Amino acid sequence: MSNKIATAGNTGKKVRSDCFVTLELKDSGGVKIEQKSKVEVLFGKANIELCEDILKFYGIGNAQLTLEDKGAVPLIIAARIEAAVKQLIDTDKEYLLDFIEENNYTSEKEQFRFSRLYLPGNTPSMMLNAGIHDPNGIILDLEDSVAFSKKKEAQLVVRNALRGINFYGAERMVRINQFPKGLEDIKYLVPHNVHMLLVPKCEGAEQIKKLEEKIEEIKKQHNIDRPVLLMPIIESALGVEKAFEIATASENVVALAIGLEDYTADLGTRRTNEAIESFYARTRLVNACKAARIQAIDSVFSDVGDMEALRENVKVSKGLGFEGMGCIHPRQIKVIHESFAPEPDEIEKAKKIVNAFIDATEKGLGVVSLGTKMIDPPVVKRAEKTISLAISLGLISENWREEFLNNEE
Amino acid sequence: MGQKYSNLVKNAVGRMVPTEVNGQKQVPFQGVGKYKPDARKYGPKIASYADFPEDGNKQVASLKEALVKAGLKDGMTISTHHHFRNGDLLANKIFDIAKELGVKNLRWVPSASFPCHEHLIQYLEDGTIHHIEGSMNGPLGRFASHGKMKGLGVLRSHGGRYQAIQDGDVQVDITVIGAGCADSFGNANGLFGPSASGLLGFALADSQYADKVIVVTDNMVPFPCSPWQIQGNYVDYTVLVDQVGIPEKIVSGTTQITKSPDRLLLAEMTAQFCLEAGIIRDGFSFQSGAGGTSLAVGDYFAKIMREKNIKARFARGGSNKYLVSMLEEGLVDYILDGQTFDLKGVQSMADNPNHVWTSPFTSYNYHGKGNFAGMVDVVILGATEVDVNFNANVVTHSDGLLLHGIGGWQNCLFSKTVILPIPLFRDRIPVVTDEVTTICGPGELIDVIVTERGIAINPKRKDLIEKLKDSNLPIKTIQELKEEAEKICGKPAKPELEDELVAVIKWVDGTIIDSVRKVKS
Repeated sequence: MSNKIATAGNTGKKVRSDCFVTLELKDSGGVKIEQKSKVEVLFGKANIELCEDILKFYGIGNAQLTLEDKGAVPLIIAARIEAAVKQLIDTDKEYLLDFIEENNYTSEKEQFRFSRLYLPGNTPSMMLNAGIHDPNGIILDLEDSVAFSKKKEAQLVVRNALRGINFYGAERMVRINQFPKGLEDIKYLVPHNVHMLLVPKCEGAEQIKKLEEKIEEIKKQHNIDRPVLLMPIIESALGVEKAFEIATASENVVALAIGLEDYTADLGTRRTNEAIESFYARTRLVNACKAARIQAIDSVFSDVGDMEALRENVKVSKGLGFEGMGCIHPRQIKVIHESFAPEPDEIEKAKKIVNAFIDATEKGLGVVSLGTKMIDPPVVKRAEKTISLAISLGLISENWREEFLNNEE
Repeated sequence: MGQKYSNLVKNAVGRMVPTEVNGQKQVPFQGVGKYKPDARKYGPKIASYADFPEDGNKQVASLKEALVKAGLKDGMTISTHHHFRNGDLLANKIFDIAKELGVKNLRWVPSASFPCHEHLIQYLEDGTIHHIEGSMNGPLGRFASHGKMKGLGVLRSHGGRYQAIQDGDVQVDITVIGAGCADSFGNANGLFGPSASGLLGFALADSQYADKVIVVTDNMVPFPCSPWQIQGNYVDYTVLVDQVGIPEKIVSGTTQITKSPDRLLLAEMTAQFCLEAGIIRDGFSFQSGAGGTSLAVGDYFAKIMREKNIKARFARGGSNKYLVSMLEEGLVDYILDGQTFDLKGVQSMADNPNHVWTSPFTSYNYHGKGNFAGMVDVVILGATEVDVNFNANVVTHSDGLLLHGIGGWQNCLFSKTVILPIPLFRDRIPVVTDEVTTICGPGELIDVIVTERGIAINPKRKDLIEKLKDSNLPIKTIQELKEEAEKICGKPAKPELEDELVAVIKWVDGTIIDSVRKVKS
């Protein structure tokens, strides 16, 4: 065996919760591990044991491994070493740490997707605490936020994160790479309870169908029968034109998102705060989604310092019919939730309608009416949606009706 | 100065502590409120008017001349203060002069030390300085942790420092007080001049009790220097120098609200807790420190107070621009300020009669007839570690290194509600642990731990548990928090420390609450 050196991970002054490994395979001399860790006193021994176990797993008996650790948790150290090993040895074996039980929850087609927090797929420090900010979804990103040379490393980090990091109930999403490269990502995702894949720069139903074939293949291999939901991202003029086709490509497509940076570039124009240049695309996308009975999700708002502008932006977005928005900073989550929340007068009206509906059902009446006005079923449905939303946002209590009836008397 | 330490015994919190330190007898911690010495205060020497210039001009040509006249010699106790924080130029100069004069074995009693004092390590090595009694931050702490200091370090709180000087535990031979503004008689304040730092409260005890008092300024004004935060009647010599401090480092520190989303969340949860606990109500009082998270707590308090039309009677500082704007907006009636962290704070103290300067005597001294700390409704503090018994550590890290001072932290534990907002772990190091490395504050005084993954209320605070029982906040037990931290980080190994002690931690009453051990090199 010729001497070869591989490296993986991140290093540098600002790097935290990550590590950098250098692995050199040798012909003899056994395994030598060198460690420089800022948590050496507390975790040095555990780190060495982990390193030894991984090398043993891959049958490496002679090597020099250097671990520069900035407080990485085991699942990150493992991903980094596996990445280094795979640069030197051709193997499909995966070194998997435990899948934590807290990550066994599922997601539903119909659930709120107001906020989804983007996390760069090769930056572990942002992942550990992402869930505490309570976004509706977290997106581990393999696409634009990962440097081309780090794509393979990121696949392993994201896989291990899906298994071992608790996102506290947020929908577990991954943005895969653009078609067809993204097809290579999904074997690291589907077996590890990914809820939803975001498909960037989607331009037609054909891409979705190919992706689903691949997903089905992996599901079969691993005996998985829960669905993997899809959120194609429309980011080009062609994608906008094909929005309805994409929206109806599969029953697993539960939402379409719009990506305005790439879209405006494709138009040959500039993205502005007023967003007149993307008005057509956004309304077109919303219309396609509603026609397909799926959710329309807006682009991210990139000025993370300006919460008031974000608030305004969300109001416009909601007004157009969007039901969610991307976040690139945890502080945006609360503002987005508050802004998508129903207004007080909306809630009051919904209470009256839902109450009238319950009354009518209890009395066995076929027709719901409020005062002298008849209420159509879709209106009732929307009111119910508003009420359950208000409950989930803590705006009204689950026993709102008791209080409502008391006030009526 | 006698033996470094001897005769270890177990104290009331189960820690082994020496009964003799640097040749002085010590009392082990006996429990909160248990130790009440029956004695008289230490008396300073009587001075005579006849020994001082009739015209009141006590100015001498240089700091060196002042130190020589004050009788600087081997084995003396020299005290300084941290009003200039990391911009302090005085402490280094004093020991440069001591070195030049060949004086040895000095005991340095700073009210706090900063990274700028790394310069003094050479004097700890060559025997100019025997040991430090005061906070040991950063480089000095690291030096002490490796057992390189000749004597044993003694760490005290701000209030404990006043107590120790007043009780005679620490008898200061010479104190050097740096002031932003002074007159030649020795009246001094921190309000004006290029090295303005706000107030000089930390030097109050030294001015009252030290044998010789030297005031040094770079801004000598004709008599009277008013207001006189330090009274010239205590002062022996005054010195004018080119520069006592580096202005931009005096008012630096962490005076910006954190931008970290995780810490902002902690602050928001803390404020929400206080609201739901009924602590934020008309006429309440609070204290929160100068760290980024504490500042953010203050900011969230302000938001809540504005929304609910609530006014606080007083806020205890560390003051800074955020607290000053609350005062100016009318959200608080008074700032009782112990330390000023930025120029806006200095300006406000000079201009606004409701921005009042305090000292460790009024705020913190445990051997006084009460103090302000206990009157504060809620105090927000930090910690390096907290254990499942709510004991907390502020001086050492989990690897055993001594890196921080106590500041006013211990004294603030007497507030009506003590809340520590801390991350559950820092770079894989759990903050909530089985047992803290060093006990600085006993768990019985610590009420609430707020982490990003849950809030633990001390079981002793049944009232708080009852008030928060229907809260949407994630209330958990401290044990649950510890387990959650270990689940994410792994269970940390116990650091292997040497048997040898390098420092002791004093409780506010002068007893020893814990010892700090040497780290393995």
